Amino acid sequence: MNTADYRRTRRKNRRGVLVALIVALSAAFSLMAMPAMADEVNVDEYDNSIIGNVKLESVALEGVLLTISGGGYEVEVATDADGRWKVGVPDGDEFTVTLNEETLPEGIAVIDEVGDDDTPNVKEAMIGPSGSTVMNFFIGRGERNVTSFFDQFVERIVNGVNFGLMLGLAAIGISLVYGTTGLSNFAHAEMVTFGAVMALIVSVDLGWPVWIAIPLAVLLSAGFGWSLDAALWKPLRKKGVGIVQLMIVSIGLSLALRYTFQYFRGGGTEQLPGSDSPDIPLFGSVSLSQTNMISMVISIVVIVIFAWWLVKTKIGKATRAVSDNPSLAAASGIDVDQVVRVVWILAAAMAGLAGVLWAYFRPGIRWDMGAQILLLVFAAVTLGGLGTAFGALVGSIIVGVLVETSSLFIPSDLKYVGALGVLIIVLLFRPQGILGRKERIG
Amino acid sequence: MDILQILSNTGSSLIAPATIGYALAALGLAMHFGFTGLLNMGMAAFMAIGAYGYAISILTFGFPWWGGMLVGVGGSLVFALILGIPTLRLRGDYLAIVTIAAAEVVRLLFLTTTFDKYTGSADGLSGYHESFRAFNPIPDGTYGFGPWEYNANGWWVRIFGITILALAAFILWAVMRSPWGRVIKGIREDEDAVRALGKNVFSYKLQSLMLGGVFGAMGGIIYALPASVNPGVYVTSLTFFVYTALLLGGAATIFGPIIGSVIFWGVQTLLSNLLPAMVNVGLLPFMTTTQSQTVRFILVGVALMLLVIYRPQGILGNKKELTFVK
Repeated sequence: MNTADYRRTRRKNRRGVLVALIVALSAAFSLMAMPAMADEVNVDEYDNSIIGNVKLESVALEGVLLTISGGGYEVEVATDADGRWKVGVPDGDEFTVTLNEETLPEGIAVIDEVGDDDTPNVKEAMIGPSGSTVMNFFIGRGERNVTSFFDQFVERIVNGVNFGLMLGLAAIGISLVYGTTGLSNFAHAEMVTFGAVMALIVSVDLGWPVWIAIPLAVLLSAGFGWSLDAALWKPLRKKGVGIVQLMIVSIGLSLALRYTFQYFRGGGTEQLPGSDSPDIPLFGSVSLSQTNMISMVISIVVIVIFAWWLVKTKIGKATRAVSDNPSLAAASGIDVDQVVRVVWILAAAMAGLAGVLWAYFRPGIRWDMGAQILLLVFAAVTLGGLGTAFGALVGSIIVGVLVETSSLFIPSDLKYVGALGVLIIVLLFRPQGILGRKERIG
Repeated sequence: MDILQILSNTGSSLIAPATIGYALAALGLAMHFGFTGLLNMGMAAFMAIGAYGYAISILTFGFPWWGGMLVGVGGSLVFALILGIPTLRLRGDYLAIVTIAAAEVVRLLFLTTTFDKYTGSADGLSGYHESFRAFNPIPDGTYGFGPWEYNANGWWVRIFGITILALAAFILWAVMRSPWGRVIKGIREDEDAVRALGKNVFSYKLQSLMLGGVFGAMGGIIYALPASVNPGVYVTSLTFFVYTALLLGGAATIFGPIIGSVIFWGVQTLLSNLLPAMVNVGLLPFMTTTQSQTVRFILVGVALMLLVIYRPQGILGNKKELTFVK
């Protein structure tokens, strides 16, 4: 079973079918790797025990396997004809009781009581002063799909591409701004949050439909980008403030904006309408929610339009020229200020859109949601080569796929570590990034 | 509104362990950023490594307090090496992004449930005080006057912290007036010129990173010394706050980071006491007490922007000394 994993998709509506499965257990101890197929294991060796009873709607389930482990001790036990099991355990430690769902009858699964537990079949048991503990599992009818490693891998890649495209929207903006002005904009994270918060205000607070709220949020973000450039960045450029100073100013701006969001929206998480859309099966075991599919399409369309704009239009060409060499561009009659203004507007609009999509992907809107992905965006941009728009896109998709697939191999609370670690390793061998140029390194 | 209590809390914060911890970390950043020109945005990781190294070696391995501190400091030296070797070739803003990413990696490694047994994951660590307090030479009792009235343990932490801080400031002063320090400042002004003189710039930068990292680790230890190690502290914002304190005092000075930290914490404590009190008596009708606690962080951001734009050399700095690498 090492290449297979279980993926539980449970019906949202599980009224009535929940039956308490009481697993109380006093256990068995086998030092061998051989599973001890008995209903009472190591009961004589140890004073302490964990006992249980596996039943579904008061019908005993026989032959269900459970693994009890903790403090270097591991033992397997099977339920008897009455559904009972008992395992003797050594003193002290906490034990983990795992119910092997494969050994449950078809269509039966351990039900998640809390609602956010991915592995309801794994429970922690503490031995109380009485020396024995009763373990409860809730067993009910639920769908339990056994997904092969390959299917799971494919699904993570699809999710990763979706996440990567969303990161790309934010990363292209950060990269364009860097390319044209030399600023590593830490406040870009807050431009992402800004888009999401605006969508929230328009759709939830004002009650307007989502299809108006999101374009409006993107427009407002564009306006936000324009006003930031007009009020802050342009005067600072005119003043001749150095790029490191500008970067620290952007950090200050980022802090100020982030806490301003918290000031007005509080510390909680709020949802946009439609964030609980149903999953649609695609192929194999791969399924995507409706909003995720729409989000993917939107990202691709926007990125394609942007690419066309950058490569084909006059102002797009001017943008690339300014990115290459601002002085030469100015000397050739390009209005650098105008290009920079357009870049800020575009970058902010795309960041705002990324914020809305990120709100659906997480899901939820929080005051620091942008800051949560800022480093991934920077990782993507640096990986692709700071200042190159298409490099940012390539980097984003790599980072997105890496983050999503890495949780197959490492604990999911470390999934960002993989991506950030790769960033550091890539910089060891190719400091300028994948599509970057040598001059970026010091 | 109890004005006296508010002023007393503010006064007390001026020599609080948190203030001393910030001052040490800011001294480390003065070494990195102010004198060497390294834009290290990963100071939070050095502090986390110091604090966790101290707590874990005491709780898990039963080290005495000084052994724990040595582990914390040693950990920061190792981290500086690992961080420095791949990143010190990078230019200023690039270096900032990579160091901030590395700091986040460190934080997530301390936060994950995978190593819960050692790090306590989201709960953090506490209960490592016995050994340090057993060394307390001050007899039991309460000492001091006005806002500065603490018990024996309170004074022991503060006196120890201030001693370390004074030592760190002296070391920084001494090395910066040595030939080594002149090379370091040269690297900040013009790396290529120093290289042309036959100096190994990379090696100097690495030494600077390690020395400043040790200050940061000690700062992290002092910060965690009186209470607990809480993973929520070592976020990227911590680095930004320490930068604010540093730039407030003056990045390329010895006393600037200390004065900056004292002002930073004084103002923070004042606002965190004063604003809710003003809300409660109805002086600020447009905000709630929760909102009034957020205001001071907005002000930190604004202050950081204004400082960098209008007074980049800080309170004590000399405008002629180039405090920002180009």
